[in-house]
Amino acid sequence: MAGFVRHRRSKHIIATLSGFEADLLRSLAAQLVELLRNEAAVPSENADPMEALFTGGEFSGPTTAPDDPVLARLFPNAYRDDGQAAAEFRRFTEGSLRDGKAQAAATIIDTLEEAGLPDEPGSEELTIDVELDLVTAEIWMRALTDLRLALGTRLEVEEGDEGYWYALPDDDPRGQAHHIYEWLGYLQETLIQALGG
Amino acid sequence: MGGVTTASPVEVDPGVEEDLVPDEITLTDTPWVTVVWNDPVNLMSYVTYVFQKYFGYSKKKSEKLMLEVHQDGKSVVSSGSREEMERDVQAMHEYGLWATLSKSE
Repeated sequence: MAGFVRHRRSKHIIATLSGFEADLLRSLAAQLVELLRNEAAVPSENADPMEALFTGGEFSGPTTAPDDPVLARLFPNAYRDDGQAAAEFRRFTEGSLRDGKAQAAATIIDTLEEAGLPDEPGSEELTIDVELDLVTAEIWMRALTDLRLALGTRLEVEEGDEGYWYALPDDDPRGQAHHIYEWLGYLQETLIQALGG
Repeated sequence: MGGVTTASPVEVDPGVEEDLVPDEITLTDTPWVTVVWNDPVNLMSYVTYVFQKYFGYSKKKSEKLMLEVHQDGKSVVSSGSREEMERDVQAMHEYGLWATLSKSE
């Protein structure tokens, strides 16, 4: 397991991932894209045009917080004590926030595949050299944050709960998911260091 | 002569307006704040990085705000007009930070 470092000459941010790690990252990013594009949570583009007129058409977004706790965390209410203002804010921002986060996660997938990750990484010796320019590194940083928020929310991670996770038996799927969560944190931390944070 | 008589009210009016200006500025200029709330997921280094990057704050100031978030549960990270604060909150949500805006107290 290796994290990100900054290449001295090119200033690019680089990491060498195993095929397994790269495939795992792609799978997580794909799940996030799917969750973000879940049509139940966004206004339907194929809705009755007359109805769209009444609801504001393309300028209309959702006005209530998503039911899914992950989406509710990614798109929190902007006003704590003013439901109407929170609804208005959401209507105008959630669509573009969703698009931005889905695009960022898709960037992870594109980077990995452009770096040579095949559809089915069979070989155990496969390694993927990821090289990010500064702009792409920032996008990765935001996408890794969203992946950690999604996984952390699903696992109901709390501050200072490491003991609980380490005490789980090795074959506990939640413990395994928490390992992945920690690995994403490690990638994120090294990426921030490499960016000079 | 008509020009003279109409001139005086025109000169008086700006004076009256000027008297109103200070109050309007204090009422509309900085009555809103952006608050970032603590969450158990985001890394301290990341929160600091976002404050530096988005707000252009120094590393020292960004770390101070991050520690406030971490230790006090929340921190006021910017203030300004309501529109500006909505922009800041949206940007914080883009970065995955949990942020709200409210009237300054």
